[in-house]
Amino acid sequence: MLRADNVSFGYEGGFSLRDATVVVSPGSLTGLLGPNGCGKTTLLKLLCGVLRPQAGRVLLGDRAVESMTRRGLARRVAVVPQETHPAFDYSVLEMVLMGRHPHLGAFQLEGPADLEIARASLEATGTAHLAARNYMTLSGGEKQRVIIASALAQATEFLLLDEPTASLDLGYQLEVAALLARLNRERKVTMVLATHDLNLAASLCDRLVVMRDGRVLAQGATTDVLTGDMVRQLYDVDADVAFHPRAGHLTVVPVRRLA
Amino acid sequence: MIRARLIWIVLGYGGLAAGACLLAPLVGSTHISLARAFDRSIPFADNVDAQIFFVARMPRVLTGAIVGSTLAAAGVVMQALLGNPLATPFTLGVSTGAALGAVLAITFGSSLAVSALASVPLASLAGAVVASAIVYVLATRPGRPISTMVLLLAGVTLNAFFSALILFVQYAADFTQAYRTIRWLMGDLDVGGFEPIVAALPMVLVALGLFAFLPRSLNLLSVGADVASTRGVDVGRTQRLAFLSASLATAAAVSLAGPIGFVGIVVPHLVRLMVGVDHRIVLPASALFGAAFLVGCDLIARTVLAPVEVPVGVVTAMLGGPFFLWLLVRKS
Repeated sequence: MLRADNVSFGYEGGFSLRDATVVVSPGSLTGLLGPNGCGKTTLLKLLCGVLRPQAGRVLLGDRAVESMTRRGLARRVAVVPQETHPAFDYSVLEMVLMGRHPHLGAFQLEGPADLEIARASLEATGTAHLAARNYMTLSGGEKQRVIIASALAQATEFLLLDEPTASLDLGYQLEVAALLARLNRERKVTMVLATHDLNLAASLCDRLVVMRDGRVLAQGATTDVLTGDMVRQLYDVDADVAFHPRAGHLTVVPVRRLA
Repeated sequence: MIRARLIWIVLGYGGLAAGACLLAPLVGSTHISLARAFDRSIPFADNVDAQIFFVARMPRVLTGAIVGSTLAAAGVVMQALLGNPLATPFTLGVSTGAALGAVLAITFGSSLAVSALASVPLASLAGAVVASAIVYVLATRPGRPISTMVLLLAGVTLNAFFSALILFVQYAADFTQAYRTIRWLMGDLDVGGFEPIVAALPMVLVALGLFAFLPRSLNLLSVGADVASTRGVDVGRTQRLAFLSASLATAAAVSLAGPIGFVGIVVPHLVRLMVGVDHRIVLPASALFGAAFLVGCDLIARTVLAPVEVPVGVVTAMLGGPFFLWLLVRKS
């Protein structure tokens, strides 16, 4: 289990996260929702140990995340950032093999087993045919799937994703969503997903955490949390939330902005 | 796969560097034979070829190899640390600090009582250390990753500030001192014997030894600090190690032969064009190719206008400048 216990964090004085308590139970696919600047990314960075809480603690199992080494933590929690811009043009296979970093000794080179895991990660994300290509030549959707493959190669129980579909067109959004659902189902990877896309969250996540102004407003099963009332509280938007029989999940149709 | 590639590339570039070091001393105003230089049956005192090879030309060639290797490797590390392919070993002010030290020693050294301070290599080393220390203190906060933006800005500002100090000292210098300063700034591999090489070697070896810990972390660091962190890299530690080892390497190279430009950017980019961008390959390949490159440039410097010698820094800049511009244009 990964949990944040009453964590607070602020950049330069102001709080961007205050007294947040969030529980990520094993096997779940949790969505983090909230308007810009509500603290979603800060919470993700606290959960993966990139930031240290200024108050409260983040626990992985019964250990405080900040007491773990980067290496030890990276063997259990992987992260997919919103966008990745390497300074050099690595090949796709090289990018994915970098996911093996926490499993290798200081001077160890990747062996056949690591290559096998990288290949399997490429297969799982439908990017095996891109292995020899250079990362910078890929389209946005291909890049995002390669970064997900790189995180999968880390072979972790937890995968944290920061708006993984934000820069993708509708087709790729659905493709990445289907990929994440499959990985959660088949590989039992526990996921936390920060997103602005309410319909993506509704289709994908079994649990939601909703945040505004650095505070957690509610968390629970998607069907309980995602209501028209909640959308109004979060975004000041009047929206219809209804079950869509063909899609098989809740859908959100924004109607108008409330002043 | 990567193991086999690494072995082949180290053997190939190592052979190139060794070949350059063996062949370069054969070229010069007096023709000598490699076989005769290594002929042990002739006593060294009577073997003119061996004397020219080992005493007159080898120190210069070895200096070229060491400086070329060190600057090229430091360039690779700086580029990864700053996440910027256009960074050089001189970007963060190390060489300008060294230059200020050298200029001070050239201009005021003779009037100082302490003779150690009059030594240009020691003064330039001290200048390099001071410059690195200033940049390091400005850019690091305990327990936090280094801000590469602050690092870059601090380095660039320090470069400008030290350059102004150099001009100021130059203004106070007499004609001979100003001339010596200009010559030092051009870079010179003719160190006059093996002693300066032996003096610089420990620093170079320590720096290259520290580089060996870096390559896989540099791969991740050049993808992004947060990505590196979540893939298990201790980002702050890697940045400090990279900064300190690259600064040490640059300080050693510059105190030995002056600020020879463009090696630290041309060589890494040429190597990347040949072997790809994985630092586990690029770093050793650049170190070896850098040695061959600078020895080759020095060969051109010695022979192109013989008997006049062109400063090797002029050759590397005249080859490197246009290449650098081509890279810039190609990128945009």
